[in-house]
Amino acid sequence: MSNPSNLKYTASHEWVKTEADGTITIGITQHAQELLGDMVFVEAPAPGRKLKAREECAVVESVKAAADVYAPVSGVVTEANSELDGTPEAINSDPYGAWIFKMKPDNAADVAALLDAKAYQAVVDSEAH
Amino acid sequence: MGAKMVDFGGWDMPVNYGSQIDEHHQVRNDVGMFDVSHMRVVDMKGAGVRDFLRYLLANNVDKLTMPGKALYSTMLLENGGVIDDLIVYFMSEEWFRIVVNAGTANKDIAWMKQQAAKHAPKLDIADHPELAMVAVQGPNARAKVWDALPGSRELTEKLAPFSAAEMGVMFIARTGYTGEDGFEIMIPAKAAPMFWATLAEKGVKPIGLGARDTLRLEAGMNLYGQDMDETINPLEAGLAWTVDLKSPRDFIGKAALLANPPERKLAGLLLLDRGVLRGHQKVVTAHGEGEITSGSFSPTLEKSIALARVPKNVQVGDAVQVEIRDKLLNAKVVKYPFARNGKGLI
Repeated sequence: MSNPSNLKYTASHEWVKTEADGTITIGITQHAQELLGDMVFVEAPAPGRKLKAREECAVVESVKAAADVYAPVSGVVTEANSELDGTPEAINSDPYGAWIFKMKPDNAADVAALLDAKAYQAVVDSEAH
Repeated sequence: MGAKMVDFGGWDMPVNYGSQIDEHHQVRNDVGMFDVSHMRVVDMKGAGVRDFLRYLLANNVDKLTMPGKALYSTMLLENGGVIDDLIVYFMSEEWFRIVVNAGTANKDIAWMKQQAAKHAPKLDIADHPELAMVAVQGPNARAKVWDALPGSRELTEKLAPFSAAEMGVMFIARTGYTGEDGFEIMIPAKAAPMFWATLAEKGVKPIGLGARDTLRLEAGMNLYGQDMDETINPLEAGLAWTVDLKSPRDFIGKAALLANPPERKLAGLLLLDRGVLRGHQKVVTAHGEGEITSGSFSPTLEKSIALARVPKNVQVGDAVQVEIRDKLLNAKVVKYPFARNGKGLI
């Protein structure tokens, strides 16, 4: 599965989608879910929480490991995906559909400055060696 | 094969071939195979081998009277700390076979030889890194092995659990580390790929280290280096049932165990809140703090479970809390094993 070109990415394996209203939706990439394996628990940040860029704000746990999810940019959490409480495995089957939380970024330019799909793929490739 | 590899004590080992949870269920409900060639086989041969093992091991090899019968035991330091856990097979009065963990094999053999030099200098102690080991586990494991190995059925159909038989250059033991029926088969490394391929042709799926860990945890089996090590004695690691303190015989570590009654014990935990128990998390009990030694998600129970070392007065049924990322989550002390023979037991 290739990384959708309409999304932005972080070097810590989050994907970021800019919505029409300017909020952003965040999940973890195909590469990240594949590394972690079967997902069994997701803890998303509470709506209203203020986050700084690169702050640990969510946790995804697979059978074998726990991993932090980082805020891609500074902003405020607007929504958490409570559906993942009962179906964390959706992250494995549909990583770009199973979003974890949404934010209103402080600054839209911060989002524009994130990695594009090609730059993110280069990060993934460099980790493989 | 699409396996995710990881370094495990110098061995490149597959963590999972596909979904770790699917692999886990595959073994509980049907059959799967594990490449466990990292385990080391040590043969002790010569007159007086039983006397030596009676002194070397915490469990009593005098329980082994039928050739082929196996015994699980720890091997202790003088201070009672666990050097390793192992399985010892009684083959004849001149030959006992021992299977030890990979990461500890070299120190185990050095210790065995050091003790033998003092107590049984004529004993021949030789390890066999040229032997591969394949574990075939699950309710349909034996049937699949019989299908893959012509002649094995006649030889092993009546084999009792925890016993082994030789078949030519192969050694077939009805043992395992999953809580399911099955065999662990030692085979010369050169012949192992063919045997593996034959099992695969018969539909036996390969299972990685990840599922091996959740299977053994559900089955309530200790993992050396996590649930016990040289700083822990077996009585504080849930292994009192493997230590023979009743017979008059002496063994290495016995005096220390008798002089130091256990203050802690190993307990099973079931997490009631959402989350995943992991090793080294702090456990808060009414009798003081403890620590998780092994924790994971249980695919059979679809809940998180753990083994934890806790103060000795903690009892089954007690409510405890586990600290996970600065939060205290609710858990319950439960009797373990958590699952065996295809079924959850909680």
